[in-house]
Amino acid sequence: MGEIFLKIENITKTFPGVKALDNVDLEVEKGEIHVLIGENGAGKSTLIKILTGLHQPDSGKIIIDGKKIKKNNLRTALDNGIIPIYQELNLIQQLDVTENIFMGREIRKYEKFGIIDRKYMEERTRKILKRLNQDISPTAKIQDLGVGKQQMVEIAKALSVDVNLLILDEPTSSLGEDEVNELFKTMKKLKEQGVTMIFISHKLNEAKRIGDRVTVLRDGQNVSTNNITDVTEDDIVRDMVGREIDEQYPKIDIDRGEEILKVEHLKRGDIVNDISFSAHRGEVLGIAGLVGAGRTELVRTIIGADKKDSGDIYINGRKVKIDHPKDALNKGMVLLTEDRKTQGLFLDQTVMFNIVSSNLNKYSKNILLDLKQQAADTEKYVSNLKIKTPGIHTKAKQLSGGNQQKVVIGKWLNTSAEIFIFDEPTRGIDVGAKVEIYNIINELIGQGKSVIMVSSELPEILGFSDRILVISEGRLTAEMDVKEATQEKIMSAATANVS
Amino acid sequence: MEKANNDLIKWKDIIFEKLGALFGLLFLVIVLSFISPYFLTVNNITNVLQQASINALVASGMLLAILTAGIDLSVGSILALSISIGGLSIVNYGINPVIGILIVLAVGAAAGLTNGLLLTRLNLPHPFISTLAMMNVARGLALIVTDSSPVSGLPGWVQFIGSGYIGEIPFSFILVIAVIVFFHFFLNKTTLGRHIYAVGGNPEAARLSGIDTKKVLTWVYTISGLMAAMGGIVLMGRVNAAYPNAGLGYELDAIAAVIIGGASFMGGVGTIWGTLIGAMIIAVIRNGLNLLGVAASLQTVVLGTVIIIAVYIDVLRRKSV
Repeated sequence: MGEIFLKIENITKTFPGVKALDNVDLEVEKGEIHVLIGENGAGKSTLIKILTGLHQPDSGKIIIDGKKIKKNNLRTALDNGIIPIYQELNLIQQLDVTENIFMGREIRKYEKFGIIDRKYMEERTRKILKRLNQDISPTAKIQDLGVGKQQMVEIAKALSVDVNLLILDEPTSSLGEDEVNELFKTMKKLKEQGVTMIFISHKLNEAKRIGDRVTVLRDGQNVSTNNITDVTEDDIVRDMVGREIDEQYPKIDIDRGEEILKVEHLKRGDIVNDISFSAHRGEVLGIAGLVGAGRTELVRTIIGADKKDSGDIYINGRKVKIDHPKDALNKGMVLLTEDRKTQGLFLDQTVMFNIVSSNLNKYSKNILLDLKQQAADTEKYVSNLKIKTPGIHTKAKQLSGGNQQKVVIGKWLNTSAEIFIFDEPTRGIDVGAKVEIYNIINELIGQGKSVIMVSSELPEILGFSDRILVISEGRLTAEMDVKEATQEKIMSAATANVS
Repeated sequence: MEKANNDLIKWKDIIFEKLGALFGLLFLVIVLSFISPYFLTVNNITNVLQQASINALVASGMLLAILTAGIDLSVGSILALSISIGGLSIVNYGINPVIGILIVLAVGAAAGLTNGLLLTRLNLPHPFISTLAMMNVARGLALIVTDSSPVSGLPGWVQFIGSGYIGEIPFSFILVIAVIVFFHFFLNKTTLGRHIYAVGGNPEAARLSGIDTKKVLTWVYTISGLMAAMGGIVLMGRVNAAYPNAGLGYELDAIAAVIIGGASFMGGVGTIWGTLIGAMIIAVIRNGLNLLGVAASLQTVVLGTVIIIAVYIDVLRRKSV
């Protein structure tokens, strides 16, 4: 057993109505990569917020490098070299990479005075990005970078200060395979330099790849801590969920029905480059590809969120004009966006408001809305989707991330849509809830609806699609039935050079 | 999830979040009734209600703009333009006064519609810009059509709207209550009303949820113009004339009422009852300070301070959530 960098003893934290952490003990050794795993609501985020000083524990001790910490706030955490990298990016979109990396610590030409030494900061930024092997320009504006690259900038930001304990909260959720490899390479390098890391992830295979030890949290308690080599994925899942998970991808097998959607020669610049395909009732059509390949752009263009340059869309055999998401909604086609929080939720509004927001016409008898029916329908979805919320009038911002996602899914289920496009439906959702999402998709196709699923998780694509499309650099490079699909075939089509 | 639990959350939300301003108003009323013996008299209270009514009407429209994270700087000017054209039509062109009043409302709505179209069709970055432009244009037009002189000679019943009473209660306040009730149903129980909250809370999510955000915004500014015109009708009735310089600075009082009433500049949060209470708080403060003999200039200082206090209390309250 190595030297202990961080020791947490008997930490308890209660929020109104919820015991987020229940006498949690944790030890993190210097230079180890300690994986923290747990379902949504298990307490991981709360634990991290306590470590980084955002919350104060109700009771318990935090001991960093042998010294007991009296009161941990953001400043003391930073001074102790505890640097978090959150899933939600904390970058200023309108500024560039250099400015974001040096945000709050700008380097001036003459110490306290003087103008900002832009050249020096740019040079340092270039060096850090090189360390991460990232082809990002220090002058690139954040809003012009894809989500994957933005995350790399966040990591670069953390590396630009003296870091003792790097906490990575689901860092790979928006990263493609190459970027994940780069990240892990960098993490190993940091490990050699003596940096301790806590790595939070849902992805068990990644935990197995990069972790030294793994701690499982469930319902606010530390259920187990083990060397990664001593446990199997099934062991971890069992600890997380408290029960056996029989099948990870419980896809039902049904005959597919008639064609419901046909996309012909859809074009939007180079990112959606002459794509044609069709989707059927009773079928899950998986769309695979690297991050940045243009899958999200494709589905956004199909539902009218972005304007197409040319191409036609047919629904139920009839050509339709889709210039705005409301046109798609009227024709029975909806998109669950990749970024649920900023694009799918009304955070200041209640769960009920969110769930009925796409289908208010359903509730308007005469002109006035039927609040009772709204409440009844909301209760139904909360129960079916197992959304953990104190009530249907709770503000969406008070729910945990995974439950917020379910609210957005509920909103779309509460429409009379026939074509459901899910962009990364299980991203950021824990193992237990993932199965619930899959069951919902099963139900949809069982009812004869059509599901299109964009996913960056190959196992998910292979485990849950009927047919698979592969997109590379804006073009459709492969189309295959799941029975003839393999990881290699998909990856080779995803990396195919299209120019 | 039991019904009881749901109801508790709903009522907690209503009392603490939506009606926080009510406690402020009650507090003021109690304090002032102790300080000045004249405050709680029928005469004075009806005066206060009358004073609040024009602002309450204008602020109702302003609330919609602020709910969508926007603003309408042109309400004062639209008020002036609509009563100028309406007044002229009645007095100079002999148009039936009932039609004349409708013309006032129509001009207000048209100006508001123009605001909405400017914002949505030209894709202007913020309604600050479209309404700032309208503020100038409408004021200029009002001065032009009236040749910078007041229009007087309006029929008696128009006076009644502005200064008449039904029993002890000013008619203008009854009008306000009717409007507020209408807005309550509009904002809470119609599709467009709920869409306003959605667009204000998260415009991109609203768009992706299938809401026609441009249509919603166009309606918002049209209604705001209409409400400014309605406020103008009451004003016209009260002073028995249509002044082209009417409404100067009204937008600021309207914004103050909306904000004191608990709405958020970020959009998506706010109620019509809060706005009414905000308008009443402003009127009560002005009235109270008048009774205490405080100069008008100092009153403005006090009002500014009250705005800060009201919003700060709201900030503290949100932090604890």
